[in-house]
Amino acid sequence: MQKHNLFYQNKSSRNITDLFLTSISFLFAFFAILPLILVVSYILFKGGSQISFDIFTLEPNPPGDEFGAGGINPALVGTLIITSIASLIAIPIGIGGGIYLAEYSKGGLFARFIRFGVNVLAGVPSIIAGVFIYALIVSTKILFGSTYSGLAGGMALSILMLPSVIKTTDEGLKLVPNELRQASLGIGASMYTTILRITLPAAFRSIATGVVLGIARAAGETAPLIFTALFSYYYVSGFEDLFYEMGSLSVLIYNFALEPYDVQNKLAWAASFILVMSILFVNIFARLFANITTKEKRI
Amino acid sequence: MEEKLTLFKNRKRFGIEKNIDIIFKNSALVLSSFVAIILLGIILVVFFQSFESFSKYGFKFLFTSEWNPVKDEYGAFAAIYGTVITSLFSIFITIPLGVGTAIFITEDFAPKFIREIIGSFVELLAAIPSVVLGLWAIFVMEPFFRGFFALLHSWFSWIPLFSSEPTGRNSLLAILILVVMLLPIVTSISRDTLNQVPKKLRNAAYGIGASRWKTIFSVILPAALSGIMAGVLLALGRAMGETMAVTMIIGNSNAFSWSLLSPGYTISSMLANQFGEADGTQVSSLFYAAFILMILSLLVNIFSQFLVKRFSLKYR
Repeated sequence: MQKHNLFYQNKSSRNITDLFLTSISFLFAFFAILPLILVVSYILFKGGSQISFDIFTLEPNPPGDEFGAGGINPALVGTLIITSIASLIAIPIGIGGGIYLAEYSKGGLFARFIRFGVNVLAGVPSIIAGVFIYALIVSTKILFGSTYSGLAGGMALSILMLPSVIKTTDEGLKLVPNELRQASLGIGASMYTTILRITLPAAFRSIATGVVLGIARAAGETAPLIFTALFSYYYVSGFEDLFYEMGSLSVLIYNFALEPYDVQNKLAWAASFILVMSILFVNIFARLFANITTKEKRI
Repeated sequence: MEEKLTLFKNRKRFGIEKNIDIIFKNSALVLSSFVAIILLGIILVVFFQSFESFSKYGFKFLFTSEWNPVKDEYGAFAAIYGTVITSLFSIFITIPLGVGTAIFITEDFAPKFIREIIGSFVELLAAIPSVVLGLWAIFVMEPFFRGFFALLHSWFSWIPLFSSEPTGRNSLLAILILVVMLLPIVTSISRDTLNQVPKKLRNAAYGIGASRWKTIFSVILPAALSGIMAGVLLALGRAMGETMAVTMIIGNSNAFSWSLLSPGYTISSMLANQFGEADGTQVSSLFYAAFILMILSLLVNIFSQFLVKRFSLKYR
């Protein structure tokens, strides 16, 4: 073969290097998806086999091999309650704050400061949120004398949700074309009518997607709950239980994974199955939903 | 004349509508300042709670690893060392993996749908709660790597990092599970930045005869460097604060050891383990440790934001 020709030379050093590096990047991509496949298949396999009707309805039994494991009903209900409390706090504050950032302050000093703060708050380690609520609410017994409570847990979670809600609202509103705002203001609508009737509905889908993803992320958080909501083995029976220790799926997984008993470990796998499946379901659904909207907009 | 006057009358807003507008604006303002209040509150509360321990131990707290509630002696060196070492090692492993995956997703090696599936798989990995990864690490990863760690120890025991007999749960496992958690962050941010590199840079490089990987290394990666760096720093901050998976797999021992094969501690795992049962100076010492963790992650975070602001406009 001649040395200088224009055909692809598969023995030249640069082509060999290229092939080598390309295969390395294939390998890296394979390594990157391996954990997800392994984790999800183990959860399907080990957790899915534990699922029964009792899991959803019974209380967990105290650790030990002599009883059966029981179920995870209190933790399941607790996760729903704590996540709802967090959403009830974080969503109004987050959407209101996002509205201010996107609609009222056009890049002023205050808005820059708040956006910076949002990014910093998003980077605060989740356990610090738990420590903060512990110092502020649990140890001071400020909530009608209760110490560890589901309410405190919800507050800790809301701190983690808040930055993501503000960010998605801010970015979603920024994507709304300015013509819509000008048209609405031009026909005499006031600012709040414009925001509530025109811009928020126009950005509804992207905000909703972001908020739902934020809730799904919060539902799996453990670190802020382990010393704010603590854990409970008993059914949630009424409103006043909000002021007492409350179980949650994630704390149940943490506690029972560290138990030496096989029965409790199996219950942790079952709880993981329920938690991961619902989170993945919400994620995939929200992503598909967002995809559909972007495609619609392009047409 | 009469008609005109009524028209003018309608051009004015009613007082009540004006007031609603003002109230709406101000309540949005108040809600947005909640972020600043919470952030400031966190810093102040953690600082003041740690004050007792700070005045008692001062900076000695940072360099001793005694943790003895009976003698009331506290030092967080082992936890700080664990935090730094696990996050640094995990980020060094994650950078090539994550950036390599991002290159794979943005280049046209494989058909588009395969790359999209891999991309969304990596993003779904980010949705898995860390406590579930910890559960998986305890029951699947730890038995799997046990033999490998023994080999590592017998081959490399002359390196301080591998000098101790491997124990069931150890720092190296924590590093590996951290890699799994950081991978989605580094990959998705690198992918976004690589996608933003203008196509004409690539075409120019191809045009003067650069091979594909020459182009990637000399043109595309340097152009995307600031974004990738910001993503790496963001991941580093996440690694330092990551609690659950690390707590479950690191072994939780305050005895200081250079070795990664012995059980260790990070600040966050120390908080998760001891906060519930602590009292007195121990609580304050834990707050002190939390304060250090917060300062570390704040610094990393602010630096990453600075990088983004400083360099992101270069290629727009």
